[in-house]
Amino acid sequence: MKLGPFVLKRILLSIFVLFGLSIVIFLIARVVPGDPARMALGPRAPEEVVERLRKEMYLDKPLPEQYIQWLKSALTGDFGTSLTTKRPVADDIKEYLPATMELAIYAGIFMVIFAITLGTLAARYRDTWVDNLIRLVSYFGVSIPAFVVAILFMLLFGYFWPVLPVIGRISPGVTPPPTITGLLTLDSLITGNFTAFWDAFKHLILPAVALALGGTFQEARITRSNMVENMNKDFLLAERGYGIPERKIMFKYLLKPSLIPTVSVMGLDFSSTLGNAFLVELIFNWPGLSRYGIMTMLRKDLNSISGVILIYGLVFVVVNIIVDIIVAYLDPRIRLGGVKGT
Amino acid sequence: MENQVIAPNNAFVRSHRLRETIGKYWYKFSRNKLSVLGLVIVLLVIFMAIFAPWVTPYPQHAGPFVDYDNAGKPPSSKYIFGTDIFGRDIFSRIVFAFRGALVMAIVVLLLSVPPGLLLGLLAGFYRDTWIDTVIMRITDIFLSVPPLILALAIASVLKPNLMNSMIAVTLMWWPWYTRLVYGMASSIRNEYFVIAAELTGASRFHIIFREILPNCLSPVFTKMALDVGWVILIGASLSFVGLGEQPPTPALGQMVSDGARYMPDLWWMTVFPALAIVVIILGFNLLGDGIRDMLETRTG
Amino acid sequence: MTENGLLQIKNLHVWYKVYGGYLKVLDGVYFDVNKGERVGLVGETGCGKTTTMKAILRILPEKDSKIPEGEIHFKGQDILKMNSSELQKVRSQGIAMIFQDPTAALNPVFTIGDQLSEAIKVAFSSGRAHKETVKQAAIRALKEARLPDQERLLGNYPIQLSGGMRQRVCISMAVSTPRDLLIADEPGTSLDVTIQDQILRLLNELVEKKSTSIILITHSLGVAREMTDRIYVMYAGTMVEVAKSKELFRNPLHPYTLGLLSSIPKLSGGGIARGIPGRIPDYLNPPTGCRFHPRCPQALPECSVQKPGFYDVGDGHKVACFLYKG
Repeated sequence: MKLGPFVLKRILLSIFVLFGLSIVIFLIARVVPGDPARMALGPRAPEEVVERLRKEMYLDKPLPEQYIQWLKSALTGDFGTSLTTKRPVADDIKEYLPATMELAIYAGIFMVIFAITLGTLAARYRDTWVDNLIRLVSYFGVSIPAFVVAILFMLLFGYFWPVLPVIGRISPGVTPPPTITGLLTLDSLITGNFTAFWDAFKHLILPAVALALGGTFQEARITRSNMVENMNKDFLLAERGYGIPERKIMFKYLLKPSLIPTVSVMGLDFSSTLGNAFLVELIFNWPGLSRYGIMTMLRKDLNSISGVILIYGLVFVVVNIIVDIIVAYLDPRIRLGGVKGT
Repeated sequence: MENQVIAPNNAFVRSHRLRETIGKYWYKFSRNKLSVLGLVIVLLVIFMAIFAPWVTPYPQHAGPFVDYDNAGKPPSSKYIFGTDIFGRDIFSRIVFAFRGALVMAIVVLLLSVPPGLLLGLLAGFYRDTWIDTVIMRITDIFLSVPPLILALAIASVLKPNLMNSMIAVTLMWWPWYTRLVYGMASSIRNEYFVIAAELTGASRFHIIFREILPNCLSPVFTKMALDVGWVILIGASLSFVGLGEQPPTPALGQMVSDGARYMPDLWWMTVFPALAIVVIILGFNLLGDGIRDMLETRTG
Repeated sequence: MTENGLLQIKNLHVWYKVYGGYLKVLDGVYFDVNKGERVGLVGETGCGKTTTMKAILRILPEKDSKIPEGEIHFKGQDILKMNSSELQKVRSQGIAMIFQDPTAALNPVFTIGDQLSEAIKVAFSSGRAHKETVKQAAIRALKEARLPDQERLLGNYPIQLSGGMRQRVCISMAVSTPRDLLIADEPGTSLDVTIQDQILRLLNELVEKKSTSIILITHSLGVAREMTDRIYVMYAGTMVEVAKSKELFRNPLHPYTLGLLSSIPKLSGGGIARGIPGRIPDYLNPPTGCRFHPRCPQALPECSVQKPGFYDVGDGHKVACFLYKG
């Protein structure tokens, strides 16, 4: 298993990508027509104060030097102060990131479980009503944007049928667990606080499902088509010909090669989840990094914007590496290459 | 060899062959009834967008207009989708919003696909050289941020209007095509017919554009058809937070977000624009699937 | 079923479902294999050889194919009527098929050991007596296929092996537990001629050693002549001729067989080899009567109306042609 050098290569590549990203972010932030110092202090601040801030922000130095300064502080976790919250951006990130991650993780779990189930069912019963129903629902599922689902959920569960909570992460009456990971459900489980766990979990259901729906159906379709394609491949026929029971063939020998292309898509979908989280968090009033991101973006809070994008870039890159590792683990053709001439 | 038939190549034969080809393509496309439905939806949307002033009952509502007497009215025979808090007919505004959405999709694709294509071709052709590395690393960088976030970021640092939101989306859209084409181009690059062309002295321009490119086009067209829906979606997401078309010009996302405040009482303000978004995306998705069936041969 | 009979296919029809109707590929196939026999099956690409074999093991695509008529008797029982446990017994202990393309026949994401053990496990659990563990059996099977370094091979993936090794792995799977009948579908065709030769020799050895019967499918008449006791000639879904191998080459009777044999270029004299004009029929709308009649230089009027039977001309030599009726 030549997994080691493969992973190393991916990590190095990712570091490079992150550097590149930081440059892009930096450029975007500086492309703002206008004077960041002036914007930070407002139109009525006296000129000397603005001048002093300019010096502090290194705005009078050449661009590359500004970048180095910015990068240096970023690497130590200092993204500057947020215009909006007036606190260090790093603190904002620490507070809001876990909320978004928890949401994304649950959405991801939902996607994986349901995509594989639906896809396998559709493949197993293909061309029957089961398959056709799943296909029809998938067309809709893929076409409904996450924020529309979110609004529909709001309407449905907020007013007509209040069985699930629609606001925030935890009900006002419930004591939240101490912050260990920042993931409410995890922290409650760790500290044995089951009321909090159940409450937090209920709050997660609607936003996570809203986020996951589109990706789930897309992955289900891909899984189905991969399975159908592999079903009549020779190796499947050979395995059947040796008498291997049908059930084992379905769940082991057909599933694994069919899942491999799906896993890469799942990685991409996970990152779109982070993107779509923007709107869903707004609608459900979820105190996550994406909602923070939108607020600060609308206020042109450059420090926050840079910090948020960089963090998301980092998360995405890490997720990609993990996905690549999983795919390489599942598919020996990728990590081993072939014998010459075959 | 006795039994050779020499086929004539006059205008009559050529037009017949063209009709045959179109017929074959249509057959493949129309086998799936849903694709035809998608085509119908798309054509309808385009038609309504172009002829909006004549198709809608209250075209003036898409501009600065207020009528507080009729504000907040539920769907009726007078206002089929109801009115918003300014008394404007939701239906008319939705149709006018189609315009912005379609314009955005067309512009974004027109601006982002050619460069994306070109870069992918170059990277694939010059595979494993520094050109490949540079292009693909830059692509990776742009793709390393969740798409919506990047679009929002770019749009937010610019002044909010349609033009700038188009720029923002274009800037984050091209890498997807680069990656798509890169995969295809780099494997085609090593096919025998390409190597043969090289050996017989074909110029690089010829190889890239007359040998490799035509073989990459089908998935590109399919993706473009599907992408119209996605661009409209991102556009709606941007206008949801106030970037993109500014009021009073209607935009679908903006209408959804305006209406969200008045839920559930004035539910029609949100639901109908949201449904419109869903229908458009559905239409382009179905159309895109049909185009894929038409252009690409699938196994079994 | 005769004393020595192992496999008997009677009047087998197989149809594939396609847009526009059915591809009527097999049109009444008759095929017998006796114990310890090496039977060759020769025919052009697309004539239905592989389809027939897949039908025997019942691995035709379930939804897209159908068997409207026919019987396949194996050791006295009709395979087509078996229930799943009987079928499993046949697949794991009775018959094994070695596919044409070894790269496609091995699951790319599982190790050799995994796939091999699975096949052995099935045989053991469905009743095959055994004295060794699964792993021992696996290593022995690899040894028999003349593969070196068996332990390491078990942990390898197909991608790591050369084409020849993959073919041997497929063979080892087929002989991992004792079988009554092996089906080898154009073994070694996708490989080097020298390697193909090795593979064929290996198969021959194994067959002799274990007195297993074998159906050897090939489109090479030369291979058929050397490695079989009896040969069937197949065309467009029907068996057109069968005879002892030497007899077939000495005295070919069916017009198609004659055409085939004359298409072999000879190094000594004879000029350029002649082909057979025309092409294999469209299975969607096959010709009426004898499927070869449109291309047959000796066609009689009744050939387009009725399908000929399989007429016996003595010593097991049968021909499906009205020329030899009665």
